[in-house]
Amino acid sequence: MEMTARSLWTMVHGMGFGALYLLACSGAFVELYRRYAPSSSGEVTEGDETFLCAYLIAMAVVAWITVLTGAFIIYPWYRAAAPPGTADLSAFPQMLVKSHPGTSGWHSRGMEWKEHVAWFTPIAATMVSVVFLKYGHRLKGLPQLRAAVLFFTLISFVSAGIAGFFGAMLNKHAPVEGGQRIQLMNREKQ
Amino acid sequence: MTPQRPLIPPSTDRMPNGSGAAAVLAAGIGSFMVGAFAIFADKVEGLRKLMNIYKPTGPLSGVAAAAILTWLIIWASLEMRWRNQDVALARINTLAFVLLGLSLLLTFPPVVDLL
Repeated sequence: MEMTARSLWTMVHGMGFGALYLLACSGAFVELYRRYAPSSSGEVTEGDETFLCAYLIAMAVVAWITVLTGAFIIYPWYRAAAPPGTADLSAFPQMLVKSHPGTSGWHSRGMEWKEHVAWFTPIAATMVSVVFLKYGHRLKGLPQLRAAVLFFTLISFVSAGIAGFFGAMLNKHAPVEGGQRIQLMNREKQ
Repeated sequence: MTPQRPLIPPSTDRMPNGSGAAAVLAAGIGSFMVGAFAIFADKVEGLRKLMNIYKPTGPLSGVAAAAILTWLIIWASLEMRWRNQDVALARINTLAFVLLGLSLLLTFPPVVDLL
């Protein structure tokens, strides 16, 4: 059982950081909605607040790692141009996906949207973590600011979801492959 | 028996909302800038070349860098201006949400094709 280095990077980017962000984001949304509602009677301890603060900062860091690995490590492999006359396009995912009418939309609609919409996620996640760091429990007394924080958390989730969906579909139709082969398990005997 | 952790008292220590408003509006503008720079880089040949600051990633590298730089500069300037005051957050939220909506539209390829 083996995989290529590029495939491993793609997995770390999408199934690792990307999926982790989506999970973390849904948790943050619930916590911000439930605990910091003006009508919430639940008590907020300093420990709870410190934890949520660290959680949101970690979430923003994960968002940045996800988009930066995507844009500067995996995307260059995806958009690599094949030399003229290349028949086997398997090492050139963008060209491969564009070579069939049935899959070209995954690039012209999917990747074109994904590569830009993904940046909303770290911007929104950074804003949410900084606002929480600054205001914390005071958000309960600032319902409009809390509403903005919740809205941006939701937008970061949606944009990460769009990017994740198209990333997964693109990798299904034209996987990013190449580089060093990594042996995960010994070869099975026939 | 575990000792009780300190509870945070109800929000009597109110802070001005200016800092939060600066972060909200800057994030809206930053997201909008991603869409705006992406469109300009797509439609204007000269700008596309200018945005190609890291060749393997192509114009996306410049689009992202320019949008993030703009976002951070606007955030810092709004923060300096509003940090000690209360601002009309409802209006700022509306503006930020509209900018976010526009940025989602501006990055959506079928809409970009119409422009």
